[in-house]
Amino acid sequence: MERDDIIEYSLEAHHSEEHGRKVRRTIWMVTLLLAIVTTVEVTLGAYWKTWFSLDAWHTIKWLYVVLTLVKAGYIVKTFMHLGDERSNIRAIILLPYVLFILYLIFIAIWESQYVNYLWENYL
Amino acid sequence: MTGDAAKVLSNDVLWGGGRSPFSISYGKMMMWFFLVSDALTFSGLLVAYGFVRHSTTEPWPIGEEVFRALPFLHGSYPLIYVALMTAILIFSSVTMVLAVEAGHRMDKGGVVKWLFATVIGGAFFVGSQAWEWSHFNHGGGGFITMADGTRYWVETTHHDTHDPAHAEGFQLVQALPKHYLIPDTLPGGANVEPVTGDAAQQLWKNKVVYMAGAPYPWSANGNEYNEYGPQQYSNFFYFITGFHGFHVFSGVIINLIVLIMVVQGVFHRRGHYEMVEKAGLYWHFVDLVWVFVFTFFYLL
Repeated sequence: MERDDIIEYSLEAHHSEEHGRKVRRTIWMVTLLLAIVTTVEVTLGAYWKTWFSLDAWHTIKWLYVVLTLVKAGYIVKTFMHLGDERSNIRAIILLPYVLFILYLIFIAIWESQYVNYLWENYL
Repeated sequence: MTGDAAKVLSNDVLWGGGRSPFSISYGKMMMWFFLVSDALTFSGLLVAYGFVRHSTTEPWPIGEEVFRALPFLHGSYPLIYVALMTAILIFSSVTMVLAVEAGHRMDKGGVVKWLFATVIGGAFFVGSQAWEWSHFNHGGGGFITMADGTRYWVETTHHDTHDPAHAEGFQLVQALPKHYLIPDTLPGGANVEPVTGDAAQQLWKNKVVYMAGAPYPWSANGNEYNEYGPQQYSNFFYFITGFHGFHVFSGVIINLIVLIMVVQGVFHRRGHYEMVEKAGLYWHFVDLVWVFVFTFFYLL
């Protein structure tokens, strides 16, 4: 009997040599971008106190968050090929996750401020 | 690879219902669902870290002051080692995606080459993490407290030295109030000036408490604090990087199994290398998680 669990239903399993060259160029461009962003992050993390005043930390912190999201976006889009999938599969993967996590971040930050307030004032 | 929506699908690639609404294979879809649930776990851990850090009333250690050592070298190299680990993991992600690309061209030699590089990169990352754990465990020194409450940081260049004052190059650095560990530069860019020689020996003699720095609550003279400040800091360090490290470890094993199957020609006979793609999804996810751990644990 033929095993049906190893049939892969593969739709986009092949591409030509020519298309492969294009894919590889994209991969190396993304690699370069990720390397640059990481270098910027590390250099800033190690030396920002020498270059900027302490007030700059707030801006740097948000810059880190943005740069991280840029990196994550490129990894998911190019390395994990999610950019090549249909829009409906993109939506069922990303939307529930993003909605839930945004709420989790919101409620954790909100509640932690209250816990901090209690500890500062009543304990 | 684009424009799938308009594509006419042949019967043997459709699911049982007669049409494939997502134009994606069963295995890939289930891998994505697993990754979403795993991503929720990691997000939960990082959000919990944020909750504790945001609610604590104690000073919290700063990444670039904790992680600044390199193997075989003395001196301060803030975040360089972690950056190296990040580079290794990103690069092994690149070799993985190149293996997937080679698989799309049915280039068996290319898949073997790039997948092998990926396995090596992953093994290097796990090894690096072992060193970092060991170093974190040892700690870099401890604190002495004076009668008036001021604290001085004692760097132990020699581990297991019970009397650091007689170690070579003994020096003390005054700790900033509400601050753990010693920064390389003070706010405003001034260098931190250590106390050396007789002055340092004098301070050492008059100390009230010496708290050896190590994240064991049971090894210090008391368990109120350790070198890394609040106990939760080292708890989260071990749990988050440990959970991620275990993912890397299992990823290496999975990649190794797939590599062996590629060498045996299993996928070539099957006619496509989708298994490499699915293992690749998991591997990229491990890289993706590290990007977030790197930012929220080490940088912020």
